Amino acid sequence: MAQLEGTFPEKEVSKARSFWLDVFVRLIREKPMGTVGGIIVLALLITGIFANWLAPYGYNDIFVGTRLAAPSAAFPFGCDQLGRDMLSRIIYGARVSVIVGLSVAGITVAISTAIGIVCGYIGGKVDLIGQRFVDGIMCIPGLFLILTLVTIIGKGMLPLILVLGFLFGIGYSRVVRGAVIGIRANPYLEAAKAIGCSTRRILLKHVLPNVLAPIIILFTITVGAAILIEASVSFLGFGIPAPTPTWGGMLSSEGRRYMLLAPHLALWPGLFLTIVVWGINMLGDALRDLFDPRLRGGLGRYR
Amino acid sequence: MAASHGGEAQNITQVVEMIKHQLGMDVPIYVQYFRWLGGVLRGDLGHSLWTGRSINEDFLHRLPVSIELGIMAIIVALLVALPIGILSAIRQDTITDYITRGIAIIFISVPAFWVGTMVMVYPAKYLNWMPIVVYVPFLEDPLNNLKEFIIPALILGMAMSGTTMRMTRTMMLEVLRQDYIRTAWSKGLKERAIIFRHALKNALIPVVTIVGMQLPILVGGSVIIESIFGLPGIGRYFLLALMQRDYPIVSIINLIAASFVMLCNLGVDLIYAYLDPRVQYR
Repeated sequence: MAQLEGTFPEKEVSKARSFWLDVFVRLIREKPMGTVGGIIVLALLITGIFANWLAPYGYNDIFVGTRLAAPSAAFPFGCDQLGRDMLSRIIYGARVSVIVGLSVAGITVAISTAIGIVCGYIGGKVDLIGQRFVDGIMCIPGLFLILTLVTIIGKGMLPLILVLGFLFGIGYSRVVRGAVIGIRANPYLEAAKAIGCSTRRILLKHVLPNVLAPIIILFTITVGAAILIEASVSFLGFGIPAPTPTWGGMLSSEGRRYMLLAPHLALWPGLFLTIVVWGINMLGDALRDLFDPRLRGGLGRYR
Repeated sequence: MAASHGGEAQNITQVVEMIKHQLGMDVPIYVQYFRWLGGVLRGDLGHSLWTGRSINEDFLHRLPVSIELGIMAIIVALLVALPIGILSAIRQDTITDYITRGIAIIFISVPAFWVGTMVMVYPAKYLNWMPIVVYVPFLEDPLNNLKEFIIPALILGMAMSGTTMRMTRTMMLEVLRQDYIRTAWSKGLKERAIIFRHALKNALIPVVTIVGMQLPILVGGSVIIESIFGLPGIGRYFLLALMQRDYPIVSIINLIAASFVMLCNLGVDLIYAYLDPRVQYR
Protein backbone atom coordinates (compact mmCIF):
# COMPACT_ATOMS: atom_id res chain seq x y z
CA MET A 1 0.00 0.00 0.00
CA ALA A 2 2.75 2.36 1.01
CA GLN A 3 4.57 1.49 -2.16
CA LEU A 4 1.54 2.29 -4.27
CA GLU A 5 1.11 5.69 -2.67
CA GLY A 6 4.75 6.37 -3.27
CA THR A 7 4.64 5.62 -6.96
CA PHE A 8 1.36 7.23 -8.03
CA PRO A 9 2.19 10.93 -7.70
CA GLU A 10 5.48 10.50 -9.51
CA LYS A 11 3.76 8.93 -12.47
CA GLU A 12 1.24 11.76 -12.59
CA VAL A 13 3.98 14.38 -12.54
CA SER A 14 5.93 12.80 -15.37
CA LYS A 15 2.71 12.42 -17.39
CA ALA A 16 1.82 16.08 -16.88
CA ARG A 17 5.30 17.16 -17.91
CA SER A 18 5.21 15.16 -21.12
CA PHE A 19 1.81 16.65 -21.95
CA TRP A 20 3.22 20.18 -21.71
CA LEU A 21 6.33 19.20 -23.61
CA ASP A 22 4.09 17.68 -26.26
CA VAL A 23 2.06 20.89 -26.59
CA PHE A 24 5.27 22.90 -26.77
CA VAL A 25 6.81 20.72 -29.49
CA ARG A 26 3.62 20.70 -31.53
CA LEU A 27 3.31 24.47 -31.18
CA ILE A 28 6.73 24.96 -32.73
CA ARG A 29 6.28 22.28 -35.40
CA GLU A 30 2.73 22.91 -36.54
CA LYS A 31 1.97 26.52 -35.71
CA PRO A 32 4.62 28.93 -36.98
CA MET A 33 2.40 31.97 -36.37
CA GLY A 34 1.56 30.73 -32.89
CA THR A 35 5.28 30.37 -32.19
CA VAL A 36 5.88 33.95 -33.30
CA GLY A 37 3.04 34.98 -31.00
CA GLY A 38 4.64 33.02 -28.17
CA ILE A 39 7.98 34.75 -28.75
CA ILE A 40 6.26 38.15 -28.67
CA VAL A 41 4.54 37.26 -25.40
CA LEU A 42 7.85 36.06 -23.94
CA ALA A 43 9.55 39.29 -25.06
CA LEU A 44 6.77 41.32 -23.43
CA LEU A 45 7.14 39.38 -20.18
CA ILE A 46 10.91 39.86 -20.10
CA THR A 47 10.61 43.55 -20.97
CA GLY A 48 8.01 44.05 -18.26
CA ILE A 49 9.86 42.16 -15.55
CA PHE A 50 13.29 43.62 -16.25
CA ALA A 51 12.14 47.15 -17.18
CA ASN A 52 14.52 48.70 -14.61
CA TRP A 53 17.54 47.18 -16.28
CA LEU A 54 16.42 47.48 -19.90
CA ALA A 55 15.31 51.10 -19.91
CA PRO A 56 18.17 53.55 -20.58
CA TYR A 57 16.58 56.23 -18.37
CA GLY A 58 13.89 56.44 -15.72
CA TYR A 59 10.31 56.81 -16.98
CA ASN A 60 9.96 60.20 -15.32
CA ASP A 61 13.45 61.64 -15.98
CA ILE A 62 13.04 65.03 -17.60
CA PHE A 63 15.89 66.24 -19.77
CA VAL A 64 16.64 69.88 -20.56
CA GLY A 65 16.27 70.98 -24.16
CA THR A 66 14.88 67.71 -25.47
CA ARG A 67 11.18 68.57 -25.52
CA LEU A 68 9.51 66.78 -28.45
CA ALA A 69 12.96 65.87 -29.80
CA ALA A 70 12.90 63.66 -32.90
CA PRO A 71 14.41 60.16 -32.67
CA SER A 72 18.21 60.26 -32.37
CA ALA A 73 21.09 58.08 -31.17
CA ALA A 74 20.66 59.15 -27.54
CA PHE A 75 16.86 58.87 -27.65
CA PRO A 76 16.01 56.20 -30.27
CA PHE A 77 12.25 56.81 -30.04
CA GLY A 78 12.49 60.57 -29.45
CA CYS A 79 11.18 62.52 -26.48
CA ASP A 80 7.72 63.53 -25.28
CA GLN A 81 6.24 66.93 -24.49
CA LEU A 82 8.08 67.15 -21.16
CA GLY A 83 11.43 65.97 -22.52
CA ARG A 84 11.16 62.39 -21.25
CA ASP A 85 12.71 59.52 -23.20
CA MET A 86 9.99 57.70 -25.16
CA LEU A 87 11.90 54.38 -25.30
CA SER A 88 12.13 54.21 -21.52
CA ARG A 89 8.48 55.11 -21.17
CA ILE A 90 7.49 52.42 -23.67
CA ILE A 91 9.55 49.85 -21.75
CA TYR A 92 7.98 50.84 -18.42
CA GLY A 93 4.61 50.85 -20.18
CA ALA A 94 5.21 47.18 -21.00
CA ARG A 95 5.52 46.57 -17.26
CA VAL A 96 2.11 48.13 -16.66
CA SER A 97 0.63 46.01 -19.45
CA VAL A 98 2.16 42.84 -17.99
CA ILE A 99 0.89 43.60 -14.49
CA VAL A 100 -2.61 44.47 -15.72
CA GLY A 101 -2.78 41.58 -18.20
CA LEU A 102 -1.62 38.86 -15.81
CA SER A 103 -3.52 39.98 -12.73
CA VAL A 104 -6.77 40.55 -14.64
CA ALA A 105 -6.40 37.14 -16.31
CA GLY A 106 -5.71 35.54 -12.91
CA ILE A 107 -8.81 37.06 -11.31
CA THR A 108 -10.89 36.25 -14.40
CA VAL A 109 -9.88 32.61 -14.42
CA ALA A 110 -10.51 32.26 -10.68
CA ILE A 111 -13.98 33.79 -10.86
CA SER A 112 -15.11 32.20 -14.10
CA THR A 113 -13.86 28.76 -13.04
CA ALA A 114 -15.68 28.99 -9.73
CA ILE A 115 -18.95 30.16 -11.31
CA GLY A 116 -18.64 27.94 -14.38
CA ILE A 117 -17.87 24.70 -12.53
CA VAL A 118 -20.54 25.18 -9.90
CA CYS A 119 -23.24 26.27 -12.38
CA GLY A 120 -22.28 23.69 -14.99
CA TYR A 121 -21.95 20.69 -12.70
CA ILE A 122 -24.76 21.29 -10.24
CA GLY A 123 -27.15 22.66 -12.88
CA GLY A 124 -30.82 23.06 -12.03
CA LYS A 125 -31.93 26.11 -10.08
CA VAL A 126 -28.41 27.17 -9.12
CA ASP A 127 -27.48 27.28 -12.78
CA LEU A 128 -30.68 29.07 -13.77
CA ILE A 129 -30.31 31.82 -11.18
CA GLY A 130 -26.56 32.12 -11.71
CA GLN A 131 -26.88 32.41 -15.46
CA ARG A 132 -29.62 35.07 -15.26
CA PHE A 133 -27.25 37.08 -13.07
CA VAL A 134 -24.51 36.65 -15.68
CA ASP A 135 -26.97 37.65 -18.42
CA GLY A 136 -27.80 40.82 -16.53
CA ILE A 137 -24.17 41.90 -16.24
CA MET A 138 -23.45 40.97 -19.86
CA CYS A 139 -26.28 43.15 -21.17
CA ILE A 140 -24.50 46.41 -20.47
CA PRO A 141 -21.86 47.04 -23.15
CA GLY A 142 -18.46 46.32 -21.57
CA LEU A 143 -16.82 49.68 -22.06
CA PHE A 144 -19.84 51.57 -20.64
CA LEU A 145 -19.90 49.45 -17.50
CA ILE A 146 -16.13 49.63 -17.00
CA LEU A 147 -16.04 53.42 -17.39
CA THR A 148 -19.00 53.85 -15.03
CA LEU A 149 -17.51 51.58 -12.36
CA VAL A 150 -14.07 53.17 -12.60
CA THR A 151 -15.61 56.64 -12.23
CA ILE A 152 -17.52 55.56 -9.12
CA ILE A 153 -14.72 53.54 -7.47
CA GLY A 154 -11.87 55.85 -8.42
CA LYS A 155 -9.00 55.93 -10.89
CA GLY A 156 -5.90 53.84 -10.44
CA MET A 157 -4.32 50.54 -11.32
CA LEU A 158 -5.87 48.44 -8.56
CA PRO A 159 -9.51 49.54 -9.09
CA LEU A 160 -9.12 49.02 -12.83
CA ILE A 161 -7.69 45.52 -12.37
CA LEU A 162 -10.47 44.56 -9.97
CA VAL A 163 -13.21 45.94 -12.23
CA LEU A 164 -11.83 44.23 -15.33
CA GLY A 165 -11.19 40.92 -13.54
CA PHE A 166 -14.67 40.92 -12.02
CA LEU A 167 -16.47 41.72 -15.30
CA PHE A 168 -14.41 39.39 -17.49
CA GLY A 169 -14.70 36.69 -14.85
CA ILE A 170 -18.49 36.85 -14.90
CA GLY A 171 -18.70 37.11 -18.69
CA TYR A 172 -16.30 34.27 -19.46
CA SER A 173 -17.82 31.95 -16.84
CA ARG A 174 -20.04 30.80 -19.72
CA VAL A 175 -17.03 29.34 -21.52
CA VAL A 176 -16.13 27.24 -18.47
CA ARG A 177 -19.76 26.35 -17.85
CA GLY A 178 -20.11 25.17 -21.44
CA ALA A 179 -17.00 23.00 -21.12
CA VAL A 180 -18.24 21.49 -17.84
CA ILE A 181 -21.65 20.69 -19.35
CA GLY A 182 -19.77 19.06 -22.23
CA ILE A 183 -18.03 16.57 -19.92
CA ARG A 184 -20.84 16.15 -17.40
CA ALA A 185 -22.30 13.08 -19.10
CA ASN A 186 -18.98 11.19 -19.03
CA PRO A 187 -19.01 7.82 -17.20
CA TYR A 188 -15.96 8.63 -15.07
CA LEU A 189 -17.97 11.25 -13.19
CA GLU A 190 -20.67 8.69 -12.54
CA ALA A 191 -18.00 6.24 -11.39
CA ALA A 192 -16.54 8.83 -9.01
CA LYS A 193 -19.98 9.40 -7.57
CA ALA A 194 -20.56 5.64 -7.29
CA ILE A 195 -17.43 5.07 -5.20
CA GLY A 196 -18.64 7.77 -2.85
CA CYS A 197 -16.62 10.88 -3.71
CA SER A 198 -17.92 14.09 -2.20
CA THR A 199 -19.14 16.79 -4.59
CA ARG A 200 -16.16 18.93 -3.66
CA ARG A 201 -13.76 16.13 -4.50
CA ILE A 202 -15.49 15.45 -7.81
CA LEU A 203 -15.34 19.13 -8.76
CA LEU A 204 -11.69 19.58 -7.83
CA LYS A 205 -10.21 16.21 -8.82
CA HIS A 206 -12.36 15.12 -11.73
CA VAL A 207 -14.11 18.10 -13.32
CA LEU A 208 -11.41 20.77 -12.99
CA PRO A 209 -8.53 18.84 -14.63
CA ASN A 210 -10.76 17.99 -17.59
CA VAL A 211 -11.74 21.58 -18.35
CA LEU A 212 -8.17 22.83 -17.93
CA ALA A 213 -7.63 23.27 -21.68
CA PRO A 214 -10.39 25.86 -22.19
CA ILE A 215 -9.30 27.57 -18.99
CA ILE A 216 -5.74 27.95 -20.27
CA ILE A 217 -7.01 29.36 -23.56
CA LEU A 218 -9.28 31.67 -21.59
CA PHE A 219 -6.28 32.90 -19.60
CA THR A 220 -4.31 33.69 -22.77
CA ILE A 221 -7.18 35.53 -24.44
CA THR A 222 -8.00 37.49 -21.30
CA VAL A 223 -4.42 38.76 -21.02
CA GLY A 224 -4.74 40.31 -24.50
CA ALA A 225 -8.23 41.65 -23.91
CA ALA A 226 -7.21 43.19 -20.58
CA ILE A 227 -4.19 44.92 -22.09
CA LEU A 228 -6.32 46.33 -24.90
CA ILE A 229 -9.13 47.50 -22.60
CA GLU A 230 -6.69 49.04 -20.14
CA ALA A 231 -5.16 50.99 -23.02
CA SER A 232 -8.60 52.11 -24.27
CA VAL A 233 -9.69 53.21 -20.81
CA SER A 234 -6.40 55.01 -20.15
CA PHE A 235 -6.70 56.61 -23.59
CA LEU A 236 -10.09 58.04 -22.63
CA GLY A 237 -8.53 59.40 -19.44
CA PHE A 238 -10.24 57.05 -16.99
CA GLY A 239 -7.43 54.57 -16.49
CA ILE A 240 -4.12 54.65 -14.70
CA PRO A 241 -3.24 58.30 -13.95
CA ALA A 242 0.05 60.06 -14.78
CA PRO A 243 2.96 59.90 -14.22
CA THR A 244 2.74 56.09 -14.55
CA PRO A 245 3.52 55.44 -18.22
CA THR A 246 0.86 53.39 -19.97
CA TRP A 247 0.62 52.79 -23.69
CA GLY A 248 -2.96 54.00 -23.83
CA GLY A 249 -2.26 56.98 -21.61
CA MET A 250 0.59 58.14 -23.87
CA LEU A 251 -1.89 58.41 -26.75
CA SER A 252 -4.45 60.29 -24.67
CA SER A 253 -5.33 63.96 -24.81
CA GLU A 254 -2.27 64.97 -22.79
CA GLY A 255 0.06 63.90 -25.57
CA ARG A 256 -2.38 64.46 -28.43
CA ARG A 257 -1.95 68.23 -28.35
CA TYR A 258 1.70 67.85 -29.32
CA MET A 259 1.37 65.08 -31.87
CA LEU A 260 1.24 67.41 -34.86
CA LEU A 261 4.60 68.79 -33.78
CA ALA A 262 6.09 65.39 -33.01
CA PRO A 263 4.24 62.54 -34.79
CA HIS A 264 6.49 59.91 -33.17
CA LEU A 265 4.47 60.45 -29.98
CA ALA A 266 1.52 58.80 -31.73
CA LEU A 267 3.47 56.04 -33.43
CA TRP A 268 5.34 54.01 -30.80
CA PRO A 269 2.77 53.28 -28.07
CA GLY A 270 0.14 52.12 -30.56
CA LEU A 271 2.62 50.10 -32.60
CA PHE A 272 3.79 48.10 -29.58
CA LEU A 273 0.24 47.69 -28.35
CA THR A 274 -0.76 46.27 -31.73
CA ILE A 275 2.20 43.89 -31.85
CA VAL A 276 1.55 42.59 -28.35
CA VAL A 277 -2.18 42.10 -28.87
CA TRP A 278 -1.53 40.43 -32.21
CA GLY A 279 1.01 38.08 -30.60
CA ILE A 280 -1.33 37.11 -27.80
CA ASN A 281 -4.18 36.52 -30.27
CA MET A 282 -1.97 34.29 -32.42
CA LEU A 283 -0.75 32.31 -29.41
CA GLY A 284 -4.31 31.93 -28.14
CA ASP A 285 -5.48 30.73 -31.57
CA ALA A 286 -2.65 28.21 -31.84
CA LEU A 287 -3.25 26.87 -28.32
CA ARG A 288 -6.94 26.52 -29.09
CA ASP A 289 -6.18 24.49 -32.18
CA LEU A 290 -3.67 22.33 -30.31
CA PHE A 291 -5.91 21.63 -27.33
CA ASP A 292 -9.20 21.25 -29.09
CA PRO A 293 -9.72 21.46 -32.83
CA ARG A 294 -13.49 21.69 -32.39
CA LEU A 295 -13.24 25.07 -30.67
CA ARG A 296 -12.68 27.13 -33.80
CA GLY A 297 -14.01 30.67 -34.10
CA GLY A 298 -16.31 31.98 -31.41
CA LEU A 299 -14.32 33.64 -28.67
CA GLY A 300 -13.82 37.18 -29.84
CA ARG A 301 -12.23 40.22 -28.40
CA TYR A 302 -13.28 42.07 -25.32
CA ARG A 303 -16.94 41.96 -24.41
CA MET B 1 -20.46 85.60 17.86
CA ALA B 2 -21.57 82.19 18.97
CA ALA B 3 -25.11 82.95 17.97
CA SER B 4 -24.16 84.10 14.48
CA HIS B 5 -21.97 81.06 14.03
CA GLY B 6 -24.85 78.80 15.03
CA GLY B 7 -27.16 80.65 12.67
CA GLU B 8 -24.78 80.22 9.80
CA ALA B 9 -24.52 76.51 10.49
CA GLN B 10 -28.29 76.27 10.56
CA ASN B 11 -28.47 78.15 7.29
CA ILE B 12 -26.06 75.78 5.66
CA THR B 13 -27.95 72.77 6.94
CA GLN B 14 -31.12 74.30 5.61
CA VAL B 15 -29.56 74.90 2.24
CA VAL B 16 -28.27 71.32 2.14
CA GLU B 17 -31.74 70.04 3.01
CA MET B 18 -33.29 72.24 0.37
CA ILE B 19 -30.95 71.06 -2.37
CA LYS B 20 -31.44 67.44 -1.28
CA HIS B 21 -35.19 67.99 -1.55
CA GLN B 22 -34.83 69.61 -4.98
CA LEU B 23 -32.79 66.67 -6.23
CA GLY B 24 -35.17 64.22 -4.64
CA MET B 25 -32.44 62.75 -2.45
CA ASP B 26 -34.29 63.20 0.86
CA VAL B 27 -36.17 59.92 0.46
CA PRO B 28 -34.88 56.34 0.86
CA ILE B 29 -32.90 54.95 -2.04
CA TYR B 30 -35.58 52.47 -3.21
CA VAL B 31 -38.11 55.30 -3.44
CA GLN B 32 -35.59 57.24 -5.52
CA TYR B 33 -35.09 54.19 -7.73
CA PHE B 34 -38.79 53.67 -8.38
CA ARG B 35 -39.32 57.38 -8.99
CA TRP B 36 -36.53 57.27 -11.55
CA LEU B 37 -37.85 54.09 -13.18
CA GLY B 38 -41.38 55.49 -13.25
CA GLY B 39 -40.08 58.61 -14.97
CA VAL B 40 -38.23 56.51 -17.55
CA LEU B 41 -41.37 54.47 -18.26
CA ARG B 42 -43.36 57.64 -18.79
CA GLY B 43 -40.65 58.86 -21.18
CA ASP B 44 -39.09 61.37 -18.78
CA LEU B 45 -35.36 60.67 -18.67
CA GLY B 46 -34.69 63.27 -15.98
CA HIS B 47 -32.48 66.31 -15.93
CA SER B 48 -28.76 66.89 -16.12
CA LEU B 49 -27.18 67.77 -12.78
CA TRP B 50 -24.71 70.01 -14.57
CA THR B 51 -26.78 72.08 -16.99
CA GLY B 52 -30.23 71.36 -15.60
CA ARG B 53 -31.48 70.65 -19.11
CA SER B 54 -33.84 67.83 -19.93
CA ILE B 55 -31.96 64.67 -20.94
CA ASN B 56 -34.69 63.76 -23.46
CA GLU B 57 -33.85 66.75 -25.62
CA ASP B 58 -30.07 66.24 -25.61
CA PHE B 59 -30.48 62.52 -26.14
CA LEU B 60 -32.76 62.80 -29.16
CA HIS B 61 -30.47 65.45 -30.59
CA ARG B 62 -27.46 63.13 -30.39
CA LEU B 63 -29.05 59.80 -31.21
CA PRO B 64 -29.06 60.23 -35.05
CA VAL B 65 -25.28 60.79 -35.04
CA SER B 66 -24.59 57.49 -33.26
CA ILE B 67 -27.12 55.60 -35.36
CA GLU B 68 -25.64 56.90 -38.60
CA LEU B 69 -22.13 56.00 -37.44
CA GLY B 70 -23.25 52.53 -36.35
CA ILE B 71 -25.09 51.74 -39.59
CA MET B 72 -22.21 52.94 -41.74
CA ALA B 73 -19.75 50.89 -39.67
CA ILE B 74 -21.85 47.76 -40.15
CA ILE B 75 -22.12 48.38 -43.90
CA VAL B 76 -18.36 48.87 -44.13
CA ALA B 77 -17.70 45.76 -42.07
CA LEU B 78 -19.97 43.57 -44.21
CA LEU B 79 -18.70 44.99 -47.51
CA VAL B 80 -15.15 44.11 -46.47
CA ALA B 81 -15.80 40.90 -44.58
CA LEU B 82 -18.15 38.90 -46.77
CA PRO B 83 -16.31 38.92 -50.14
CA ILE B 84 -12.91 38.40 -48.52
CA GLY B 85 -14.21 35.70 -46.18
CA ILE B 86 -15.77 33.79 -49.08
CA LEU B 87 -12.69 34.18 -51.24
CA SER B 88 -10.48 32.99 -48.41
CA ALA B 89 -12.62 29.88 -47.96
CA ILE B 90 -12.87 28.81 -51.60
CA ARG B 91 -9.14 29.33 -52.05
CA GLN B 92 -8.27 27.55 -48.79
CA ASP B 93 -4.56 27.13 -48.01
CA THR B 94 -3.40 29.28 -50.93
CA ILE B 95 -1.45 32.53 -50.74
CA THR B 96 -4.75 34.46 -51.03
CA ASP B 97 -6.05 32.62 -47.99
CA TYR B 98 -2.96 33.31 -45.90
CA ILE B 99 -2.91 37.00 -46.79
CA THR B 100 -6.60 37.54 -46.09
CA ARG B 101 -6.41 35.65 -42.81
CA GLY B 102 -3.41 37.73 -41.82
CA ILE B 103 -5.33 40.91 -42.61
CA ALA B 104 -8.28 39.70 -40.54
CA ILE B 105 -6.07 39.08 -37.51
CA ILE B 106 -4.41 42.47 -37.92
CA PHE B 107 -7.83 44.15 -38.13
CA ILE B 108 -8.78 42.47 -34.87
CA SER B 109 -5.51 43.37 -33.12
CA VAL B 110 -5.09 47.03 -34.09
CA PRO B 111 -6.69 49.24 -31.45
CA ALA B 112 -9.25 51.60 -33.01
CA PHE B 113 -8.11 54.55 -30.96
CA TRP B 114 -4.58 54.24 -32.30
CA VAL B 115 -5.69 54.12 -35.94
CA GLY B 116 -7.93 57.11 -35.27
CA THR B 117 -5.06 59.04 -33.75
CA MET B 118 -2.71 58.15 -36.60
CA VAL B 119 -5.30 59.24 -39.19
CA MET B 120 -5.60 62.56 -37.39
CA VAL B 121 -1.84 63.12 -37.11
CA TYR B 122 0.16 61.77 -40.04
CA PRO B 123 -1.82 63.03 -43.08
CA ALA B 124 -2.11 66.43 -41.39
CA LYS B 125 1.62 66.58 -40.80
CA TYR B 126 2.89 65.33 -44.16
CA LEU B 127 0.01 65.67 -46.68
CA ASN B 128 -1.72 68.79 -45.36
CA TRP B 129 -4.96 66.84 -45.19
CA MET B 130 -7.18 66.31 -42.21
CA PRO B 131 -10.53 64.62 -41.61
CA ILE B 132 -13.44 67.02 -41.03
CA VAL B 133 -14.00 67.41 -37.31
CA VAL B 134 -16.90 69.89 -37.32
CA TYR B 135 -20.21 68.10 -37.30
CA VAL B 136 -22.42 68.70 -40.36
CA PRO B 137 -25.99 67.33 -40.11
CA PHE B 138 -26.99 65.01 -42.94
CA LEU B 139 -30.03 67.06 -43.96
CA GLU B 140 -28.01 70.26 -44.30
CA ASP B 141 -25.17 68.94 -46.40
CA PRO B 142 -25.41 65.22 -47.21
CA LEU B 143 -22.17 65.02 -49.15
CA ASN B 144 -19.97 66.61 -46.50
CA ASN B 145 -21.81 64.66 -43.84
CA LEU B 146 -20.95 61.36 -45.52
CA LYS B 147 -17.39 62.52 -46.10
CA GLU B 148 -17.11 63.25 -42.41
CA PHE B 149 -18.57 59.92 -41.29
CA ILE B 150 -16.78 57.59 -43.69
CA ILE B 151 -13.39 57.56 -41.93
CA PRO B 152 -14.75 57.00 -38.41
CA ALA B 153 -17.06 54.34 -39.85
CA LEU B 154 -14.14 52.61 -41.59
CA ILE B 155 -12.15 52.49 -38.36
CA LEU B 156 -15.11 51.40 -36.25
CA GLY B 157 -16.06 48.73 -38.79
CA MET B 158 -12.51 47.41 -39.03
CA ALA B 159 -12.45 45.24 -35.91
CA MET B 160 -15.94 43.98 -36.67
CA SER B 161 -14.98 43.05 -40.22
CA GLY B 162 -12.02 41.01 -38.94
CA THR B 163 -14.21 38.85 -36.71
CA THR B 164 -16.95 38.55 -39.35
CA MET B 165 -14.39 37.61 -42.00
CA ARG B 166 -13.07 34.75 -39.89
CA MET B 167 -16.57 33.52 -39.13
CA THR B 168 -17.59 33.67 -42.80
CA ARG B 169 -14.51 31.67 -43.78
CA THR B 170 -15.04 29.02 -41.11
CA MET B 171 -18.70 28.55 -41.98
CA MET B 172 -18.03 28.46 -45.73
CA LEU B 173 -15.40 25.77 -45.20
CA GLU B 174 -17.82 23.74 -43.14
CA VAL B 175 -20.66 24.07 -45.65
CA LEU B 176 -18.48 23.34 -48.68
CA ARG B 177 -17.77 19.88 -47.21
CA GLN B 178 -21.47 18.98 -46.94
CA ASP B 179 -23.02 16.23 -49.00
CA TYR B 180 -25.43 18.48 -50.85
CA ILE B 181 -22.56 20.56 -52.17
CA ARG B 182 -20.98 17.40 -53.59
CA THR B 183 -24.35 16.59 -55.11
CA ALA B 184 -24.44 20.05 -56.67
CA TRP B 185 -20.95 19.53 -58.10
CA SER B 186 -21.84 16.12 -59.51
CA LYS B 187 -24.96 17.57 -61.12
CA GLY B 188 -22.49 19.68 -63.09
CA LEU B 189 -23.42 23.08 -61.65
CA LYS B 190 -21.00 25.94 -62.16
CA GLU B 191 -18.83 27.06 -59.25
CA ARG B 192 -20.59 30.41 -59.16
CA ALA B 193 -24.01 28.80 -58.73
CA ILE B 194 -22.75 26.43 -56.07
CA ILE B 195 -21.10 29.13 -54.02
CA PHE B 196 -23.79 31.77 -54.23
CA ARG B 197 -26.98 29.76 -54.46
CA HIS B 198 -26.19 26.71 -52.35
CA ALA B 199 -23.28 27.32 -50.02
CA LEU B 200 -23.56 31.00 -49.13
CA LYS B 201 -27.18 30.88 -47.98
CA ASN B 202 -26.38 28.29 -45.34
CA ALA B 203 -22.99 29.66 -44.40
CA LEU B 204 -24.34 33.12 -43.65
CA ILE B 205 -26.81 32.04 -40.98
CA PRO B 206 -24.25 31.91 -38.13
CA VAL B 207 -22.66 35.07 -39.52
CA VAL B 208 -25.91 36.91 -38.78
CA THR B 209 -25.52 35.83 -35.16
CA ILE B 210 -21.93 37.06 -35.00
CA VAL B 211 -22.91 40.44 -36.46
CA GLY B 212 -25.75 40.73 -33.95
CA MET B 213 -23.46 39.77 -31.08
CA GLN B 214 -20.97 42.44 -32.10
CA LEU B 215 -23.44 45.31 -31.94
CA PRO B 216 -22.69 45.89 -28.22
CA ILE B 217 -18.97 46.11 -29.06
CA LEU B 218 -19.88 48.63 -31.74
CA VAL B 219 -21.76 50.69 -29.15
CA GLY B 220 -18.72 50.62 -26.87
CA GLY B 221 -16.36 51.47 -29.72
CA SER B 222 -18.46 54.49 -30.63
CA VAL B 223 -17.40 56.12 -27.34
CA ILE B 224 -13.78 56.08 -28.49
CA ILE B 225 -14.35 56.96 -32.14
CA GLU B 226 -16.79 59.78 -31.39
CA SER B 227 -14.36 61.33 -28.94
CA ILE B 228 -11.48 61.23 -31.44
CA PHE B 229 -13.41 62.60 -34.40
CA GLY B 230 -15.51 65.09 -32.47
CA LEU B 231 -18.85 63.60 -33.44
CA PRO B 232 -21.59 64.78 -31.06
CA GLY B 233 -23.15 61.34 -30.54
CA ILE B 234 -24.30 59.33 -27.53
CA GLY B 235 -20.80 58.02 -26.81
CA ARG B 236 -19.37 61.50 -26.42
CA TYR B 237 -22.38 62.55 -24.35
CA PHE B 238 -21.70 59.61 -22.03
CA LEU B 239 -18.02 60.44 -21.72
CA LEU B 240 -18.73 64.10 -20.97
CA ALA B 241 -21.31 63.09 -18.34
CA LEU B 242 -18.76 60.75 -16.70
CA MET B 243 -16.14 63.49 -16.57
CA GLN B 244 -18.61 65.88 -14.96
CA ARG B 245 -20.03 63.10 -12.76
CA ASP B 246 -23.47 63.81 -14.15
CA TYR B 247 -24.98 60.61 -12.82
CA PRO B 248 -28.55 60.96 -14.17
CA ILE B 249 -27.12 60.92 -17.70
CA VAL B 250 -24.72 58.06 -16.91
CA SER B 251 -27.44 55.83 -15.50
CA ILE B 252 -29.88 56.59 -18.33
CA ILE B 253 -27.33 55.79 -21.01
CA ASN B 254 -26.36 52.54 -19.29
CA LEU B 255 -30.03 51.59 -19.06
CA ILE B 256 -30.70 52.39 -22.71
CA ALA B 257 -27.53 50.62 -23.87
CA ALA B 258 -28.48 47.50 -21.92
CA SER B 259 -32.00 47.57 -23.36
CA PHE B 260 -30.51 47.92 -26.83
CA VAL B 261 -28.29 44.89 -26.30
CA MET B 262 -31.21 42.85 -25.04
CA LEU B 263 -33.27 43.81 -28.09
CA CYS B 264 -30.35 42.85 -30.33
CA ASN B 265 -30.06 39.43 -28.68
CA LEU B 266 -33.78 38.86 -29.03
CA GLY B 267 -33.66 40.01 -32.64
CA VAL B 268 -30.80 37.65 -33.42
CA ASP B 269 -32.67 34.71 -31.94
CA LEU B 270 -35.82 35.51 -33.91
CA ILE B 271 -33.97 36.09 -37.18
CA TYR B 272 -32.09 32.84 -36.62
CA ALA B 273 -35.32 30.87 -36.35
CA TYR B 274 -36.61 32.58 -39.48
CA LEU B 275 -33.47 31.88 -41.49
CA ASP B 276 -32.90 28.34 -40.31
CA PRO B 277 -36.12 26.30 -40.41
CA ARG B 278 -34.49 23.59 -38.27
CA VAL B 279 -34.57 25.97 -35.28
CA GLN B 280 -37.97 26.28 -33.68
CA TYR B 281 -39.10 28.06 -30.54
CA ARG B 282 -42.13 26.65 -28.82
